[in-house]
Amino acid sequence: MKYMMLVCVAEGTELSPDEAARIGPDTEAWVEEMDRRGIRLQGNQLRPVSDATTVCVRGDEVLIADGPFAETKEQIAGYDILECADLDEAIEVAAKHPVARFGKLEVRPFWVE
Amino acid sequence: MRPDVGDEVAEAFRQEWGKVVAALIGMTGDWDLAEECAQDAFAQALKTWPRDGVPRRPGAWLTTVARNRALDRLRRGATETARLREAAALSVPSDPDLDDDSGITDDRLRLIFTCCHPALALEARVALTLRTLAGLTTAEIARAFMVSEETMAKRLVRAKHKIRDAAIPYRVPPAHLLPDRTAGVLAVLYLLFNEGYSASGGADLVRRGLCAEAIRLARALSQLMPDEPEALGLLALMFFHDARRATRVDATGDLVRLEDQDRSRWDPAEIGEGVAILDAALRRGRPGAYQVQAAIAACHATAADAADTDWAEIAALYGELARLVPSPVVELNRAVAVAMADGPAAGLVLVAALDASGALRGYHLLPATRADLLLRLGRRDEAAASYREALGLAGTDSERRFLTLRLAELAGPG
Repeated sequence: MKYMMLVCVAEGTELSPDEAARIGPDTEAWVEEMDRRGIRLQGNQLRPVSDATTVCVRGDEVLIADGPFAETKEQIAGYDILECADLDEAIEVAAKHPVARFGKLEVRPFWVE
Repeated sequence: MRPDVGDEVAEAFRQEWGKVVAALIGMTGDWDLAEECAQDAFAQALKTWPRDGVPRRPGAWLTTVARNRALDRLRRGATETARLREAAALSVPSDPDLDDDSGITDDRLRLIFTCCHPALALEARVALTLRTLAGLTTAEIARAFMVSEETMAKRLVRAKHKIRDAAIPYRVPPAHLLPDRTAGVLAVLYLLFNEGYSASGGADLVRRGLCAEAIRLARALSQLMPDEPEALGLLALMFFHDARRATRVDATGDLVRLEDQDRSRWDPAEIGEGVAILDAALRRGRPGAYQVQAAIAACHATAADAADTDWAEIAALYGELARLVPSPVVELNRAVAVAMADGPAAGLVLVAALDASGALRGYHLLPATRADLLLRLGRRDEAAASYREALGLAGTDSERRFLTLRLAELAGPG
């Protein structure tokens, strides 16, 4: 079962010095474990929403806007594509991700016909 | 058909329904298929048991029939190899509980924990468990949650879709994951007891078996989780209600109001047990909704008569309950307590606010309560109109008779 895991962090989140020091190595350890277990198929961190561009087409016109499409406080900071046996495994994997300690992780199954 | 065989099928339904469905979910992973095949098995029992006699192990018989039916259906619908493999695997019965490290010794409690997956919304989790394991009808569950049957049916379908699409496993959770599921399990047991205590449809007001089973399960839960005061609170609450069951309806099956009940017939052993359990819960110093409700029930159960009841304390406890779990039904009960403590006019103000909010539209106890308060204020015409409104909404024969009686009293000389 394939899941998209969206790594979400509220805008303006300030990490404690301790958390700031741990987040890098902890994320590397998480990636290493999930790659080894064959769970993490792919994933990456995203640049901040200030670098985002939103595109839509209305009629014949391509409309382009600076910034993200969703005006929410929580922003997508990264993603991982997971291959898990079931939702319980996906929850276990998400709960181990270091961002879960201060952000939120959304786990959503891929559309399967 | 011999009538006693019908009874035995009904008894088997009560005892075995959840186990049969759970076994089929474990085998097929398909909740709809599991429920349909369990239904087929019980239909088959109704046909063959009168002819062949009741099998020695009804549960095993029903599970086998349901499993064979599932196998047939999967084979018939199998167009892909994967489905065929699935069907083949079915012929080897697997026991999903073999490697279970939940520490739950009670079979049915283990199934309830399994069903109450925290990835489903609390209400959906509870509704699905009541439907799947307790075999309550969608209409009964809808009434417990005070939504329409259509809304509840949609919720159940949505929950089953998420189970399938997000691959939520049907697996007994390990011990360290049980606390995530406790709120759902408590709600299931509470609603199971309520359904037994005030059956939402039909003529039978107290479905004794459901109450006894809910008490047994709540006791097992409080032993499993001795540090969870809410489990004790729920058990105490059930004892206080159950202690009054003999006086809740009269010989003709009609509802008797709390103030009119013969308190000498309340079960003192159950009240004593409830008080002891509630004390043990409150000593933990972690109050919760079930403990507060038990404390309210304790006020009633330990009062010598209706006049002796500490209504101010009850009104305060309902205030506390409304803070813990805001709900219009709690607010309605608070209105009744306030009316008893401070007079009907004070209660009527709270009822009017509930009327204006529309939150309890369709709930017969709202106009019934309004009617009682209006009557106590001598506003007889308005009271009669409210009783009539309640009558149009009441779900059981007994509730309707009770309201008809009140209306007849009003119409008489007064």
